Amino acid sequence: MSEPVRGPVREVAVVAFGQSEHVPDSAETSEVEMLMPVLHDVLAQTGRKARDIDFTCSGSSDYLAGRAFSFTMALDGVGAWPPIAESHVEMDGAWALYEAWVKILTGEADTALVYAYGKSSPGDLREVLTRQLDPYYVAPLWPDSVALAALQAQALIDSGITDARELAGIGARSRGGADADPGRRIVGPLRTGDCPPVVDGAAAVILAAGDTARRLVDRPAWIRGIDHRIEAHSLGVRDLTDSPSTRLAAERAGAFEAPVDTAELHAPFTSQEVVLRRALRLDAPGGTVRVNPSGGALAANPVMAAGLIRLGEAAAAIHRGASDRALAHATSGPCLQQNLVAVLEGER
Amino acid sequence: MSNAATAKEPVAVVGVGQTKHVAARRDVSIAGLVREAAQRALEDAESTWAEIDAVVIGKAPDFFEGVMMPELYLADALGAVGKPMLRVHTAGSVGGSTALVAANLVAARVHRTVLTLAFEKQSESNAMWGLSLPIPFQQPLLAGAGGFFAPHVRAYMRRTGAPDTIGSLVAYKDRRNALKNPYAHLHEHDLTLEKVQSSPMLWDPIRYSETCPSSDGACAMVLTDRSGAARAPRPPAWVHGGAMRSEPTLFAGKDFVSPQAGKDCAADVYRQAGITDPRRQIDAVEMYVPFSWYEPMWLENLGFAAEGEGWKLTESGATALDGDLPVNPSGGVLSTNPIGASGMIRFAEAALQVRGQAGEHQVDGARRALGHAYGGGAQFFSMWLVGAEAPVG
Repeated sequence: MSEPVRGPVREVAVVAFGQSEHVPDSAETSEVEMLMPVLHDVLAQTGRKARDIDFTCSGSSDYLAGRAFSFTMALDGVGAWPPIAESHVEMDGAWALYEAWVKILTGEADTALVYAYGKSSPGDLREVLTRQLDPYYVAPLWPDSVALAALQAQALIDSGITDARELAGIGARSRGGADADPGRRIVGPLRTGDCPPVVDGAAAVILAAGDTARRLVDRPAWIRGIDHRIEAHSLGVRDLTDSPSTRLAAERAGAFEAPVDTAELHAPFTSQEVVLRRALRLDAPGGTVRVNPSGGALAANPVMAAGLIRLGEAAAAIHRGASDRALAHATSGPCLQQNLVAVLEGER
Repeated sequence: MSNAATAKEPVAVVGVGQTKHVAARRDVSIAGLVREAAQRALEDAESTWAEIDAVVIGKAPDFFEGVMMPELYLADALGAVGKPMLRVHTAGSVGGSTALVAANLVAARVHRTVLTLAFEKQSESNAMWGLSLPIPFQQPLLAGAGGFFAPHVRAYMRRTGAPDTIGSLVAYKDRRNALKNPYAHLHEHDLTLEKVQSSPMLWDPIRYSETCPSSDGACAMVLTDRSGAARAPRPPAWVHGGAMRSEPTLFAGKDFVSPQAGKDCAADVYRQAGITDPRRQIDAVEMYVPFSWYEPMWLENLGFAAEGEGWKLTESGATALDGDLPVNPSGGVLSTNPIGASGMIRFAEAALQVRGQAGEHQVDGARRALGHAYGGGAQFFSMWLVGAEAPVG
């Protein structure tokens, strides 16, 4: 693969982050109603109006809402009048942030609003996610997301990389309790404590370039590197105990060039945190990396927003001085098929 | 905005690939369909899968094939394993937006060579009902896209005094152009203007022959930087300007006949490309015309004709293949509509024109061409202007 002619020429930072309260069922709230307070929050943090933002990009999935073009309604909530420069990825909002980062690098924008939302409550998320699978050979069997994650967890246990006790510990730490009760079995070896809650929620960030970022916030969270990679779809051709795409993305994002103090990992299942820690070398001897101080996706997993929230939480830690160099990770697809890694730094 | 804009890497289209668009490709899977277009784009660029740094894929709603986020399953077929893969979805404008996202990766120097692709396998579903959203998302009795757009066509006719013959002229012209395009879906050799005019009325004033077909198809392009373009075996098309604009679906101030987002998007592209008189400076236009009356409407929206004058340009024959402003020499969306790919086909056909690679539907001496796409309730716009010469600066 060829190398870039020269590296990105502009400094880009996350300058604001907001998220909704994540709730199990928001039947009384539309996507727009869920999103509006979050958008107003990040705009207020930077003292900007929607019309002051040069580029807007969102991430969501029609399949959650159960209707085609569901994102068009969310746009109405942004206030796209006069018309705005805007785009949308049918992915987690972390990839919308990536598109916005590229847009700022071209010099065509100095600021960008990125948002994502997911409302899983209208359907059965485990069944909905089966529609992500190969439509000819796998999807007709309806293997649900927990069953696929269980295959991965069992592979990890079989290879001696982890055990049920470690998994229970990850679950308990993520949810902020000392209680390591793994809960009842869902799909062996996964127990309720190993699986993410199904919630509805939204998140937004604002990106800004160079001096604009310095004007907007005391301590911008500079994106020092960001990269994402995808793997083969079929589980049969992947080593489920490893995540080469995460490792490659981390390398390309410069994650291994200096130690990080904080890592926000998008690991909806406890077993996936084990895979990611290894790929990202977070368990190095003498290491003091705080992993998922926010609680991670095991505490709140609004599908399509959970990856963007990892970037936002990492940035917010830098904004408030709790971190100097943070790693953020987002994932998509079954068993960590696609992974994004970003390195964020504050000025010391 | 900062002067960093001048530091952008020039972007070149060096490979274009399409499938032969048809009503139903029962012989291939979705993966087989996209692979075919991608392979043809690589062959045109005399490039290999290994030279591709990233893949940007687009399509219109996932409900059309019933696969949620199909890019996950398509990673293997598109040689994306181990590479970055982005999935864009901006409704009907998606094919254009996808190409622009890919172009930005090169312009920002994040990657040198990017494969971009858009597809739709409409035979897997029924677009008419896929676009008829349930209440409360949409008003009752809005059947398909035609039901949504027909009142706005009627508004255009009332506003401009256009005679009701204009739509049939466009449909007849585009279907005749399609006969020169081997990839076009509809090849209606025995079509006459009278047949268009006597075809059944579907959504008054839109007749059957003035509507787009439902197609299976894919379109792909290889985009690269200056050094990649220097190695290209055939002339590249250079991107001189590209933009997207969005506005809300419904609000009191919206002009459905000539949306502000479309005007703003065109103005941004023209500014980037140094176009001050589009009617004289642009040699060919690939315009998103799913219903025939959108040609005169967009001629005005894109600045090729004064307000109220678009239908006169169409009527004069200026937009015919041998006119001085050929619109849709490929046959356009009226002849080929794999929805998610339709915008990219407009962008790719514009590139073929300035590369001199458009075959029988080549516009003589085309140096600058506009690719145009729109989507949603005429609310999402994406456009690019490509030229035979590299941009200056």
